[in-house]
Amino acid sequence: MDTNRVQLNIIGAGCASCVGKIEKALKSVPGVDSVEMNFAERIVDVSGSATPQQLIAAVEAAGYNATQLQAEAGNDAMDEKEQADLDYYRSLLRHTFIALSVGIPLMIYGLFIGEMTVTTTTEQLAWGLVGLVTLSIMLLSGKHFYVGAWKSFVHHNANMDTLIALGTGTAWLYSMLVVAFPTLLPEMARHVYFEATAMIIGLINLGLALEVKARGKTSEAIKRLIGLQAKTARVIRDGKELDIDIAQVLQGDKVRVRPGEKIPVDGVVIEGATMVDESMLTGEPMPVEKAIDSEVVTGTLNKSGSIVFSATRVGKDTALARIIAMVKRAQNSKLPIGRLADVIASYFVPAIMIIAIVSAMVWFNFGPEPSMVFAIVSATTVLIIACPCALGLATPMSVMVGVGKAAESGVLIRNGEALQTASKISVMVLDKTGTITQGSPQVTDVVVTQAASIGESEVLALAAGIERHSEHPLAEAIVESATRREIELEDVEAFTAISGRGVQAQLNGQSLLFGNQALMQDYEVDIQAYQAKAQQLAAEAKTPMYLARDNELIAIIAVADPIKPDSAEAIARLKHNGIKVVMLTGDNQATAKAVAAKVGIETFFAEVMPQDKASKVAELQKDGEVVGMTGDGINDAPALALANVGFAIGTGTDVAIESADITLMRGSLHGLADAIAVSKATLRNIKQNLFGAFVYNAAGIPIAAGILYPMFGLLLNPVIAGAAMAFSSLTVVSNANRLRLFKAKAH
Amino acid sequence: MLFINLFCLALIGFIVWWFWLYSPEAPVSQEGIEIVVKDGVYTPSRVKIPSGQATSLTFLRQDKSACSAILQLPALEISEELALDKPTVINIPAMTPGEYAFHCQMQMYKGVIVVE
Repeated sequence: MDTNRVQLNIIGAGCASCVGKIEKALKSVPGVDSVEMNFAERIVDVSGSATPQQLIAAVEAAGYNATQLQAEAGNDAMDEKEQADLDYYRSLLRHTFIALSVGIPLMIYGLFIGEMTVTTTTEQLAWGLVGLVTLSIMLLSGKHFYVGAWKSFVHHNANMDTLIALGTGTAWLYSMLVVAFPTLLPEMARHVYFEATAMIIGLINLGLALEVKARGKTSEAIKRLIGLQAKTARVIRDGKELDIDIAQVLQGDKVRVRPGEKIPVDGVVIEGATMVDESMLTGEPMPVEKAIDSEVVTGTLNKSGSIVFSATRVGKDTALARIIAMVKRAQNSKLPIGRLADVIASYFVPAIMIIAIVSAMVWFNFGPEPSMVFAIVSATTVLIIACPCALGLATPMSVMVGVGKAAESGVLIRNGEALQTASKISVMVLDKTGTITQGSPQVTDVVVTQAASIGESEVLALAAGIERHSEHPLAEAIVESATRREIELEDVEAFTAISGRGVQAQLNGQSLLFGNQALMQDYEVDIQAYQAKAQQLAAEAKTPMYLARDNELIAIIAVADPIKPDSAEAIARLKHNGIKVVMLTGDNQATAKAVAAKVGIETFFAEVMPQDKASKVAELQKDGEVVGMTGDGINDAPALALANVGFAIGTGTDVAIESADITLMRGSLHGLADAIAVSKATLRNIKQNLFGAFVYNAAGIPIAAGILYPMFGLLLNPVIAGAAMAFSSLTVVSNANRLRLFKAKAH
Repeated sequence: MLFINLFCLALIGFIVWWFWLYSPEAPVSQEGIEIVVKDGVYTPSRVKIPSGQATSLTFLRQDKSACSAILQLPALEISEELALDKPTVINIPAMTPGEYAFHCQMQMYKGVIVVE
């Protein structure tokens, strides 16, 4: 029987002792192999052949409730959410239709056909009937507002529902008062506002429906990321190949991926070789070669060969799932710029209720006749127009789209604060190795001296033969270069590393020295004739190393870390945007100078130890600069942490994803310029939203209260207020959606 | 006229007291509290947890409105999406005594964690 892994959410487990009870109940289910409960998360992991339904029944029999947990990044969870949104959208549209089908005819009657006043008994009866129809609309289409308002009230809360319920309730109650006791009011005050009640309920439902629709678009980036995930995996168990759901893939499973298929979980290749397109995660367009021992990442696309890999991370531990979770978290995070709006929103609704009462009192005491009507209309309009939704949504909606937009171009932003600060960066500090350069040194020049009497290949065979015993970073470059050229390495003996100098070895009784100028001087090797050449190589950002045989110089081998092809262009983009660029490196002055010159950096600091990088960042901050630091996330960690924004150059699988403020999934520094461009565009969008929301409330409320009446005789109709309120948040969400069209441009 | 004015002033006083000054007594205290998100409110909206001890809150969102979908706890920089009709567990680290607000993205739904 197949082994499944089922995760259940446990509801009602209040104490640690419940764990034993639940585990016991689950273990008693036939087919269960193992049960493991995480009490903190109330999640239980069950392996075996039992079905989720059997497991849920067992938990319920033990006195708790359980639901099956969907994979965090699963397509199904997203589909469920979309379905729920769609159902909600449809129900809101239904409510809109019902309310407007009563509200619109009433409004047309009031505007073009007859008076909405109560003077005769017939009118009393007719409008009484309309009042009851409106009441049924309120209960049918507006029930959620009234229930929400009441529940909020008893919890000492006031929210949007409170305003709508009070506004429409006031209009309806006043109208019913007119219908029931017309003689209590002066003739000119016997006006009914049933159309306002029905229209407001209809329009606000419509606004909410359109907002739900527009909000769906803001999470498109997440949907695309989730869409990268394969639904099934082909695993090899007991020699048989089975197509199973990815949720059931276990760590250590052997997984086969054929050409054109997506990598279903993270793993390490154990059979075959292929090219994998990782562009969907890293933005890097070139496919990457994968052979035995290469890591493969969920969601990337196998282009050519068939491979078998061993699953190392499954479910919510895969790099893609972690990225999705991180983007989701960042999308929901707060921005410092939004805090003022937060403070205002927290006091807003009760304050509006007070403004509405004060406005009504002013009209009642000082307004023209019928002052009571003016008082009711102004209070209702203030309550209806003052929706804090636009204010509350101004920042979260833009952050949602901005963070998603960045993720699409391989830039992972950790939180809202990083997003905001990135827009203010004045100095960008770049680590050289692995950031501006590729971080993997290569042999660039082999200069064979006249005394050598051997060729380039023999020189490399000797040098690589020596260096394969060394752990020096440059040694790898030499061995790799010889291996690539299929040169057979010499088998040297008596290898000795000389710290800070190089190495010494023996070959067939000959003494070999390989290292820097100091090593040659120590052994009195004459390098005079080739010193100029060595200096020239150093000036080209290459590290020259001398090879001597029996104390005679036979070759200079230069090793360099190549500059990434687009580093200069990306740095020019940063400078074009007014950002000063500074380079830090542990390399010598000559190499640093040469690299800086090649990429167009004027300010650089050479021979900087890793621990000193942070103090350079601190110095810049002391000068009042907002510092962005970019490094590979490991030796630059202190500087990354100290900088106002730390940018880690990750490879998509690196731990840097979870350590830096912003992670660039691809190696290119263009990601840096893109991140800053997205950040600036998002902040601009937020400011537009906040401006719109503040203006809307700051202007809308006084107009609703009747400030324009003394000068222009203008008092806002509650229906207009209802329409304005309905579309205020929609405007904000739509403006935020404009960010989806943003493209970071290279200048 | 006087009666209406007095009524309005009393109403203002009531709003100030009910929404801003009044603080509900007897917060709920129990392990593994489940908070239901429905009809514009968190129930219970005030929960008591012990200080210096990590715990968790389970949110069960039964409200379809988009506003209710995000839960924020600014003091802990927690911002989580609440699944509809499914429990979402929010882990709360050990905290020092005090009152910590949690709310939805638009601050329409509000609650308080009382750490004692």
